[in-house]
Amino acid sequence: MPESPNYTTVLDSDSRRAPVRVAFVTRRTSPHVKATDDPFVMTHPETLLRVAIATEVLMILLSVVSLVFNAPLEGMADPIQTPNPAKAPWYFLGLQELLHYFPPIVGGVLIPTLVVIALIVIPYFNINIEAGGLWTKNRARRLRVLTISVIVLTIGLSILEVWAILAPTLFVAALMYWTAGTPPDSGGRLRRWLTSKPLPFWIMTWFLIEAIVLTAIGTLFRGPGWSLVWPWGGSL
Amino acid sequence: MASSTQNALNRLLESRVWQSVFRGGRGMSNLHRALAVQQNLFLHLFSVKMRRRSLEFGITWYLGTLTFVTFLILVATGIPLMLYYHPSVPQAYADMKDLQFVVSAGVFLRNLHRWAAHTMVFLVFAHMARVFYRGAYRPPREFNWVVGVVLLIVTLFLSYTGYLLPWDQLAFWAITVGSNILSAVPWMGAKIRFLMLGGTTVNANALLRFYVLHCVVLPLVAVSFIGVHFWRIRKDGGLYREPRQTHYPAQPQPISIPSSETESEVTSPHA
Ligand code: HEM
Repeated sequence: MPESPNYTTVLDSDSRRAPVRVAFVTRRTSPHVKATDDPFVMTHPETLLRVAIATEVLMILLSVVSLVFNAPLEGMADPIQTPNPAKAPWYFLGLQELLHYFPPIVGGVLIPTLVVIALIVIPYFNINIEAGGLWTKNRARRLRVLTISVIVLTIGLSILEVWAILAPTLFVAALMYWTAGTPPDSGGRLRRWLTSKPLPFWIMTWFLIEAIVLTAIGTLFRGPGWSLVWPWGGSL
Repeated sequence: MASSTQNALNRLLESRVWQSVFRGGRGMSNLHRALAVQQNLFLHLFSVKMRRRSLEFGITWYLGTLTFVTFLILVATGIPLMLYYHPSVPQAYADMKDLQFVVSAGVFLRNLHRWAAHTMVFLVFAHMARVFYRGAYRPPREFNWVVGVVLLIVTLFLSYTGYLLPWDQLAFWAITVGSNILSAVPWMGAKIRFLMLGGTTVNANALLRFYVLHCVVLPLVAVSFIGVHFWRIRKDGGLYREPRQTHYPAQPQPISIPSSETESEVTSPHA
């Protein structure tokens, strides 16, 4: 029995005379106290300091880049002389790449509109709220839906010969099958991590990979007449 | 030397003028620190206290903050650029040449604006992806996600309208390619395009329109929505933190309290 300090227990309702209260927990009540290890800190200076450091780092980086690399400036605008290829800014090159594959109404209007709408409604669909691995519920049915989607996309994209979109699709699908095959807690770290991911993770990942691939192709691999070229020159 | 600077600084901070501006008062107590944030129009978009975990780098990667920093850099470099720029053909292009060869540090100014703009577009996408993968769009933050989507589109338009302003071949044809996409919109595509360009081709009217959008309209829209975005972060309870395992005491520990009245030991029922 360790030495205990000299406590006295009294029955009192005057908080000035008996300021410390002790709760006695009986057998039937849970003594658990909800405690988090997430304390508060003062915004000034803790947050402000971090924001200041982030600002400094980015300022320095951009200043150095601006000292080394010059912004491009070509000859004056000339409506008569069309450069080949004429390219939009890089963040629209994925879109321009879509226009190469699909008619303008699809690549230029339908797909971008659907993407924006899809982004907006993400938080309003319960499927995006619930966490939990994709294969923990209704595994057989979900596998069927995945397989049918992959077959439809593969046939459709093959007919249109849009390999640049098909390849990432098959890659993501392969990852999904890989995680579907085994119980959630088997395999290496990557497999376990992927297995714990819900459906929205897969859709967003698929979308981002497509966007990156298309933008990269449009930026680096397109030359005169939107033909395929190597980034360092020469046709592909 | 050091101490006289220190003295001067102290006298400034204690002067009536300073204290009339920054009412929080001096001192390092938490009250003073809270007042420094709460009594300041700009800082009070922050709450005075935050969860330590929401400041960890691994949560946000500071991508939203960095996006905002690029926006500030763009405002700070954009205003001096406006001093040297005329939105007219062919003067706009000549102004680029002036920035290059005549204006002191003109090249640096233009470079910084350009690279910060590209960086901002990249960071907005990265921030969005980060927020998504954290699941931080979930209620009650769903509206702030929508505000974010608006900011994404505004950012793209800001960058796109700025792209035309140098009036070089790159600018002209990029905008031509981009605005041609609009023609594909069914039924009113051509009308929208005409409205945007002030003509059927990219011309001097388009330059003026893009200039007004780029330097006035879109920055104001962006500032408003950024304000709402930040305000909503506070109203939604600060940054989203993944629910971590809460810690419960493993087993109730036996306690013993000598009672003054009975002098006997009271022990927990589990003892
Ligand atoms: C001009 C563009 C933007 C700026 C300046 C900006 C700024 C910020 C900042 C400073 C934060 C604080 C935490 C952090 O750094 O992540 C934040 C959080 C957030 N942002 Fe943005 N943002 C922008 C665009 C977007 C976009 C495009 C989206 C999504 C579509 C978005 C959605 C959110 C959400 C949901 C939060 C709350 C995250 C949480 O509670 O943990 N923002 N934003």
